[in-house]
Amino acid sequence: MRGVISAAGYVPYRRLDRSEIAAFFGSGGGTGTRAVASYDEDTTTMGQTAADAALRTTPVEPEALWFATSAPAYLEKTNAAAIHAALRLDPAVNALDFGGAIRSGIGALGAALAGSGPILTVAADSRDGLPTGADEASAGDGAAAVLVGDDSDGPVLAEHLGGASRTLEITERWRTPGGSRSRTWEDRLGANVLGPAAEDAWRSALANSGLDGTGVDHLAVTGLNSRAVASALKVIGAEAGSLVESLTDSVGNTATAHPLLLLCAALEQANPGETIAVVVLADGVEVLALQATEALADHRPAAPLAAQIAAGGPVSYGRFLAWRRMVDVEPPNRPSPNRPSSSAAQRRTDWKYGFAGSRDRSSGMVHLPPARVSERGGAVDDTDPAPMAHVTGTVASFTVDRLAYSPSPPTVFAIVDFDGGGRAPLELTDVEADEVHAGMRVVPTFRRLYTADEIHNYFWKARPVRTEPVAPAAP
Amino acid sequence: MSSRGICDQVAIIGMGCTPFAEHWDLSLDDLIIDAARAAYRSAGIAQDDIDAFWFGTSQSAASGLALAGPLKIHGRPVTRVENYCATGSEALRQACYAVASGAYDTAMALGAEKVKDGGYQGLNAFPIPTDGTQRTLTAAAMFSLMLPAYADRYGVDPGELRYAAARIASKNHHNGARNPRAQFRREMTAERICEMPAVAGQLSVFDCAGVADGAAAAIVCRAEDAHRWCPNPLYVKGLSVVTGTGAGSLDPGYDYTTMPECAQAAAEAYAQAGVTEPRSQLALAEVHDCFTPTELVLMEDLGLSPRGTAWRDVLGGVFDLDGELPVNTDGGLKSFGHPVGASGLRMLYEVWLQLRGDAPAERRIPETGRTLGLTHNLGGYPGEIVSFVGVFGTEPTRS
Repeated sequence: MRGVISAAGYVPYRRLDRSEIAAFFGSGGGTGTRAVASYDEDTTTMGQTAADAALRTTPVEPEALWFATSAPAYLEKTNAAAIHAALRLDPAVNALDFGGAIRSGIGALGAALAGSGPILTVAADSRDGLPTGADEASAGDGAAAVLVGDDSDGPVLAEHLGGASRTLEITERWRTPGGSRSRTWEDRLGANVLGPAAEDAWRSALANSGLDGTGVDHLAVTGLNSRAVASALKVIGAEAGSLVESLTDSVGNTATAHPLLLLCAALEQANPGETIAVVVLADGVEVLALQATEALADHRPAAPLAAQIAAGGPVSYGRFLAWRRMVDVEPPNRPSPNRPSSSAAQRRTDWKYGFAGSRDRSSGMVHLPPARVSERGGAVDDTDPAPMAHVTGTVASFTVDRLAYSPSPPTVFAIVDFDGGGRAPLELTDVEADEVHAGMRVVPTFRRLYTADEIHNYFWKARPVRTEPVAPAAP
Repeated sequence: MSSRGICDQVAIIGMGCTPFAEHWDLSLDDLIIDAARAAYRSAGIAQDDIDAFWFGTSQSAASGLALAGPLKIHGRPVTRVENYCATGSEALRQACYAVASGAYDTAMALGAEKVKDGGYQGLNAFPIPTDGTQRTLTAAAMFSLMLPAYADRYGVDPGELRYAAARIASKNHHNGARNPRAQFRREMTAERICEMPAVAGQLSVFDCAGVADGAAAAIVCRAEDAHRWCPNPLYVKGLSVVTGTGAGSLDPGYDYTTMPECAQAAAEAYAQAGVTEPRSQLALAEVHDCFTPTELVLMEDLGLSPRGTAWRDVLGGVFDLDGELPVNTDGGLKSFGHPVGASGLRMLYEVWLQLRGDAPAERRIPETGRTLGLTHNLGGYPGEIVSFVGVFGTEPTRS
C-alpha cells in the first residue's frame, strides 16, 4: 500500500481584510480575508514550516524532498536545499525543485505517489497581483507538505487509489520570469476547455480507483480560473455535502500549494474508510483519489489548519503593499545590511539553517551559536549538537528598536531563554510590539532576515506560541 | 588574576583635546594634528622628543601609518589599537605600559574618530564578512534592555526609574552647557526628556550619546622624569581592562542589571591604586554614558552606589556637579558625542583639567581635598563588554 504518511499545512499569521482594498482604491478587493506571508517569509520559509510540521508527527524520514512553487526565492540555486538544511535532513536525502508552474505542486505529489520510498512533497506559494486586481484579492499565501510512502515505511493515513492526468497546451494564465503580475485570457476560454477535460479525467480516475458509482466522501476541486472550477464541479456532479471548503474566504487561493493544502484539510476532516479526491485545473487536469485508513484515527496534526486560520492577526493594506514592494516606503536612514558570506554560512549550515547550537558534555551548558570551548569549565571540542528549532522559550527581556535597519520597522527583539537551557537574543516576528511582555512563550521560526546583493539571508527568529504545541513523535 | 599594575610609575605631562562637533570642515588628519599639537604645547615637548606612539581609532583608519603620515613622525614606532568604544583608553594603556617597561622615556596616546563622513546618523559598524546570523540591533536597543530589568529586579516603579535615567541626561547636559569643547551646550530638563518619543525601548534620542568628530591626546613619561616637562603632572594609579566572553548573551543567569566586566575592571583598578572607598576617595568620575541606563548601572558596577540604590542617588543629586561625587563634569558622551577612538582620552582630559585646577570656574568641582579621578570607558553591549577603568591622581605616591 502506498499513500500519505503525514501531511501538514501552513497558513502565515497575517491576514488582509479584503474590504480594505476597495476602501483605499475605491475598487477591487472583496469580502473575507486572505493570508499574507510576512515580510520575512518567502516560499522557502513557508515550505520549511509546513515540512517541519509534517515530519514532526511521524518518525519516518524522507529519502527525497521535492519542492514546488511558482514563486521561487532563487532560480538556478535549489530552494529545496535550504528547506533540507533547515530540517536538518541527511545529505543523502535528495532535495529537488519543481519550478515555475502552478501545476507543479499537484504534479510533484502525483509523481511521489507513483514513485518509491518515502518522499516529502512540499508546495508553497506567495501570490502577487497588481493592486485592485482579482489575483490580489482572491489569492493567498501558504504552504503544505505531504510525506508519501509505503506501508513498509510507516503507517499510511490515506491510501493512494488512483488518478488521472490530462495535459493541455493553453495560454490561459501566464507570467514571464521576473514579472510581478500574472496575465489571463478571458476566463470563458479556460472554462470551455478545462470543463470537458475535467469530466474526462474524472471518469478515468474513478475507473482506475475502483470508485465507479460509489461517490467520493471528500472532494476538493481547485484552480485559479474560478469559472473553470465551477464548470468542473458541474460536470463532476459533486454533492454539496462532500465538498472540501475552498478556504477562499479565509486564506485565499495559494495556487501551487492549494491542492496539498486542501488535501491536508480533507485529512483533518475525514474518518477512516472515507474517500478523498483532489481535482486540480491548471494547464489541464490532475485528479488524485485516496482512501483514509484506520491509522488516520490516531493521527494528530502538529498544527491543525483550523487553529492556524483562527489564530491570524491583521495586516493593514498599506503595510501589505509595502511588504510586496507594490509601493516603496522610506527605509530607516541607516546603512542597509551587507550580504552574508557564503563561505561563512556554509561552514555553519547547521546553526544558520538548522538552528542547532552545542551542548557541552561536561557542564551541560547550551551554547547558541555552537562553541568549541565551553563558557563553563573551558572544555574544548567536547560537545553534542543542541537542536533548538522545536524548543519553546520564554522572553526574559525585550526591546523595540525604531532605529535599526529592518525591512519592516520597528524591530522587536527579545532575549529568549529556552526550556532546558540555552539563551539567544532573537528578533520576534508575527507579533505586535505592544503585546510583547517578559514571560511570553515563543518558538523558533525559520525566516528570511533580509536580502542583500540578491542573497537571501535566512536565519531563525522567534514567534509567540499561539496554538498549542504537539509533542513530537517518538524517534 | 595576577596584576601588579604600574601605580606611580608613569605620569601624564601634557594633554590636548579638540572641540567635539560635527566637523564638516575638518578631516581625520586635521583632528589628529590639532589634538597632537595641543598636547605638545601642553607638555612643552617637541614631537621629536616622543619615543613611541599609540593611535586609537575604531573605524576611521587602519594602521599606525594613519598617525605617522599626517604628523610626519619619522623613524618611530606608531601602532594603531582598537578595542571597540574603549579604543582611546586602550591606546593610553599601551603607551603607559611601554614607558613603565623602561623601553621608552616618553610616549603619546592619541585617539581620533571621523564619524560624520559616513552619511548616516549614528555610529555604523564596519562590515566584517559573517554568516549573517548576528543580530543587527542598535546599541541603543541593547542598552535599553537594562531599564526594565533593573526596575523588575529592584522593585522600582518603571516611571520613576525612567525619570531617573532622564535626570542623568539632564545633569550631563547641564555640565556640557558649561564646556566650550562640548557638542551640545544646551540644558535640558528631565521632564522634557521624558516627554520625547521613544526610539529604542523607553529611550528617547536624548537618552543617547550624540555623534561627533573629535580627537584627544595624552603624553606620558616615567614618573621620575615628569617634572622636567610639567610642574603639576597627573600620576597613573591604576589601569585595567576586562573583556567579557559574551556570556550574558549565552547564559540565562545574566539579568541585564549589571555589567560584570565593568565591576571586575573597577575592582582591579582600585586594587592597583589602593582605592578602598571610591565614593569618598574620588574627586570626580568620568564614565561611559553612551546611554542613560549605562551611567545608572555603572554607578553600582563602579562601587559608587550600593546595588539597587543608584537611581535614588541620581535623584538625590549625589553625582551632580556640586554633589557628593561629581560624575561626567565635562558633559560626558551625552554632551560630547562619541567619536569612538577619542572618547576615553577626552574623559582623561577632564580629569586632567579638574584635578589640576584648570577647569573653568563655571564647572569646577567643589574643593574636597581629594586627589584622585576616575575614567571609565566601555565597548560592546550588556552581556558582552570590554571595560576600561583608569585611576589618576595628583600625588606622586600612594597616600
